[in-house]
Amino acid sequence: MESKNLNGRVLKNRVMKTLFFSATVIALVFLVLLFYRVLSQGWGYLNWNYITSFPAPYPEEAGIWPGMIGSLMLMGVVAVVAVTIGISTAIYLEEYSPKNKLADFIRVNIQNLAGVPSIVFGLLGLTFFVYLFGIGYRLLAGGLTMALLILPVVVVSSQEALRSVPTEVKEASYGMGASKWQTIVRVILPAALPGILTGIILSLSRGIGETAPLIIVGAATAIYTLPDSLLSKYTVMPIQIYKWTARPQEEWQFVAAAGIIVLLIILLLMNAIAVWIRNKYQTRY
Amino acid sequence: MKKVFGFSLILAMILFLAACGSSGEGDASSDEGNGSDGSEGEEALSGSVTIDGSSTVYPIMEGLTYRFNQEHPEVELSLNSSGSGGGFKKSTVGEIDLSNASRPIKEEEKQRAEENDVNLHEIELAYDGLSVVVSQQNDFVEELTTDQLKQIFLESSDVEKWSDLNEEWPEEDIKIFSPGHDSGTFDYWNEVILEEEPMKEGENTTLSENDNTLVTGIKNDPYAIGYFGYAYYAENEDSLRALAVENPDGEMVAPSGETIQDGSYAPLSRPLFTYVNTAKMKENEEVFEFVKFALNNAGPAAEEVGYVALNEEEYQSQLEEIKGMTE
Repeated sequence: MESKNLNGRVLKNRVMKTLFFSATVIALVFLVLLFYRVLSQGWGYLNWNYITSFPAPYPEEAGIWPGMIGSLMLMGVVAVVAVTIGISTAIYLEEYSPKNKLADFIRVNIQNLAGVPSIVFGLLGLTFFVYLFGIGYRLLAGGLTMALLILPVVVVSSQEALRSVPTEVKEASYGMGASKWQTIVRVILPAALPGILTGIILSLSRGIGETAPLIIVGAATAIYTLPDSLLSKYTVMPIQIYKWTARPQEEWQFVAAAGIIVLLIILLLMNAIAVWIRNKYQTRY
Repeated sequence: MKKVFGFSLILAMILFLAACGSSGEGDASSDEGNGSDGSEGEEALSGSVTIDGSSTVYPIMEGLTYRFNQEHPEVELSLNSSGSGGGFKKSTVGEIDLSNASRPIKEEEKQRAEENDVNLHEIELAYDGLSVVVSQQNDFVEELTTDQLKQIFLESSDVEKWSDLNEEWPEEDIKIFSPGHDSGTFDYWNEVILEEEPMKEGENTTLSENDNTLVTGIKNDPYAIGYFGYAYYAENEDSLRALAVENPDGEMVAPSGETIQDGSYAPLSRPLFTYVNTAKMKENEEVFEFVKFALNNAGPAAEEVGYVALNEEEYQSQLEEIKGMTE
């Protein structure tokens, strides 16, 4: 009786193991297929010329340069805005705000905001930044819109990071006579920094791949000059790629695939930096 | 964790190096655009030109802006494509300089422009022949009358299967592929074929703003039918077949460069426009220069991307008109 039961459990374990393994394989297969398709289509078009050229009506001459610079500049704006507001909000919610219903309400809503479709943020950006603040269809408006989009994620991940700082460390700081502000700046923030930075970089990676909100706030499809200030016209990589895929000639699909490779490289680099930061500083406590 | 980091870093490095490695010949091209051709002996043109509107007109405009940029690298050109309607939304309040459209401006858009003291001047850039297409796999239909098109596309008709139109045709559902309601192409179809009556909707109708989606959908289904700009048909002639459509003289005519230009492909040939904000054209030299440039180069730019050029005289007379306006 007992041995039969044991066999049953062993079998069950084996079945579940196979099931989970196949689930993993399915995900991996699609990832590999995606890589294969993008690489095989885009490789021929990916060269230095492609990276440093402006859009052109001919597939061989088209390049992603303004999109790449535009994306990076946009991320610069997003990083500055989202980091200052995001970390400040997280510090307030974690360290200062009283633990009452209102604070809970704010917390829940911030988490909900993280799930709002990006196009909604685009409409918000159009109403406020483009029209109300009178910025127009310019880089700054796009940057602020994207900052709003990733802000909830930055706040939530920064909160997690702040929360993971051990209470003993904080109490030790108070015990030494430090004020709350001193404790936050000299003890909590340095300890939470790797977690905060990782969260920021990962949310920036999300932002760099977004298209919909930027189309709404008026990122251009083709420009021939690089943005030279926050009030310049701009375009970003995903919009260039999207526009290429809509062209009738087959070669444009390859141009788009090359763009996807560039976007992927930048994403991988950003994620690599995030992991590097985490590994470098994580062992402190 | 370390391994993951190492892996993604190495992958990124490999990709990046490979990308740089295959550069080969042309590092020179990045400077090409700046090669000054101060031929006119004037001060270099600067400022900005903003263009938005129809995605059908976009490929022509892209060719034009690209070449204009090579002559005047200092001008900040920004080109967008949010559809004919999307373009007029911006141009009628004076946000942009040029508004591309694959249909004439509507009455309500004109009113809106007037309310905002904006005057938009219509410029014809090229012709397009809206092509009614089926898959190459479709071996039964060659030509359709406008009445038959109505029966296929109108909600009020009870034609569901090909056999409802012609008993010799297969008893299969007609799959409709149409551009979305925001596109000027749909507007034109709506006016000329549907005559403003509602189009069929439901499981056998696919609407998309992305013309490639329509191309792909139609070419793989022998029972599909759809319509879009001539350029998209011309690029996919090996997988799609354009149907001959009855013109007002009762002849069956298929779209081609000739039949579109000489007007025999009717009623589905249409002019493609751009609307320029006249005040901006008078104030800003770069906008004026761009419009002149566009009229001088629209023909080749249109043909390059599969549209049909106007007659040379038509470009010239529009050019004279523009010049007259700024004096």
